[in-house]
Amino acid sequence: MTEHEIVIIGGGPAGMAAAVAAYDRGVKDVVLLDREAAPGGILRQCIHNGFGLHKLGRELTGPEYADVYRRQVEERGIRVYSETMVTKLTPDRVVVAQNRSGVLRIQAKAVILAMGCRERSRGALNICGTRPAGVYSAGTAQKLMNCEGYLVGRRVVILGSGDIGLIMARRMSLEGAKVEAVCELMPYSGGLTRNIVQCLEDFGIPLYLNTTVAEIHGARRVEGVTVAQVDENRNIRPETGRYIPCDTLLLSVGLIPENELTRDAGIPMDPVTGGALVDEMRQTAVPGIFACGNVLQVHDLVDYVSDEAELAGQGAAAYVQGMRRESQPLQTAAGEGVRYVLPQRVHPDADGDVSLFLRVKAPYGRVRFTVRAGDEVLATAVRLRAAPGEMEKLTVKHDKLAQAAGEITVSLEELQ
Amino acid sequence: MKRNLTCIICPRGCSLEVTIENGSATVTGNACPKGAQYGADECTHPTRTVTSTVRVANRTDVMVSVKTATPIPKDKMAQAMRQIRALRVDAPIAIGDVLAEDVCGAKLVATCPIQ
Repeated sequence: MTEHEIVIIGGGPAGMAAAVAAYDRGVKDVVLLDREAAPGGILRQCIHNGFGLHKLGRELTGPEYADVYRRQVEERGIRVYSETMVTKLTPDRVVVAQNRSGVLRIQAKAVILAMGCRERSRGALNICGTRPAGVYSAGTAQKLMNCEGYLVGRRVVILGSGDIGLIMARRMSLEGAKVEAVCELMPYSGGLTRNIVQCLEDFGIPLYLNTTVAEIHGARRVEGVTVAQVDENRNIRPETGRYIPCDTLLLSVGLIPENELTRDAGIPMDPVTGGALVDEMRQTAVPGIFACGNVLQVHDLVDYVSDEAELAGQGAAAYVQGMRRESQPLQTAAGEGVRYVLPQRVHPDADGDVSLFLRVKAPYGRVRFTVRAGDEVLATAVRLRAAPGEMEKLTVKHDKLAQAAGEITVSLEELQ
Repeated sequence: MKRNLTCIICPRGCSLEVTIENGSATVTGNACPKGAQYGADECTHPTRTVTSTVRVANRTDVMVSVKTATPIPKDKMAQAMRQIRALRVDAPIAIGDVLAEDVCGAKLVATCPIQ
């Protein structure tokens, strides 16, 4: 058994930003464990641009954004174990990992979970039909194309209009494939509006809402899919079925935070986010174990992943340095129109202002968000529109929070 | 002439209304000056940054990701892609290395390092 002050699981944008933040807070003994051959996580396959506008003030591609943080990790001499798979985490912060040199057992003073997400697969969808080759999750197709140079298909239907599906629609079109349609089960797209414009409209790709893939056809390879509309309960209306010939079906139907280690360690989870329950520094309910990035909540923008990871890194460093908050945390809760609020608990004596992140339940026009503790209004914010695909951030001022008592709820009301 | 657009400069995605009269564009709905510029450009000469990959000739199954260093005319994206697809480069490559001097008026640069 070796000992390290902070062990970070996952070398994507969250893990790297957390490592740098912890180091800069004075904890120099930080190690990063990553299962891939090089750090960067999913950004390595996200070759499109649009990253970094908020965080770095310039527009970068995914690999460039990752490289900014990779350099910061390298400059600080933070040890990165690549091709190293963590297989176990205990509540008293023993991390067990495997790589080519064997089994590593590390006793950490603090652990930061930054494992990210995996994609929901066909098996989770119960799509009827045969099981031919040519059905890919969108991110897998992205990796095959962008990192390994394989065009995964020539005639494509995409199920799911989340950002990865939209980005892949453009990518495949640019490489000469014909994208026949993007189908979305919900009455609205889960992706950013800018991606609908620059990935679908630019290439004349139709987006069908309230529509799903009812059946997959083909013996060895996909030969076509039947798409059909759904009713308000999302049940397929068979009479609307329509056959689209294609050789490839891409699934962009949601991300699942990869929390097997978290659950095995007995860390309490939020059933809505699929991630751990955390406080404002992203500490889970198990002392000394922190979480950040997509393993905690699925983000739209990597910029906010980096912000969140910095909080976790600073929190973990403070924990290692012996800081403990004695105050009783206040619980947060989702009120009218809000699906979840993160962090799920906040210390009233937190350092500085605290940002609450949330998603709304449905698309809205102009809305006002109100953060309340009991009858006390802690913060309000007006937005021109709100959509489930766009995470909202509300900031509660330090002095307001210090006086708060009771549960903190966030709700929205529609404005005219 | 009026056109309704969604700004693609940042994830905020402002809804823009662009009015074109006598060849000059007036933009409303933008939250920042970049949006006004985008709205006007999109109605007169739309441009896009193209990102793609180029095969690394002296490595097995390795692609280097690339982008046009500046946006190119939107209607030249297909032409740019043909040019990019035909390219072969040799490693080592550093981020920012110019891999082609002129792709539809822009330099093509590497966006990831290849050892």
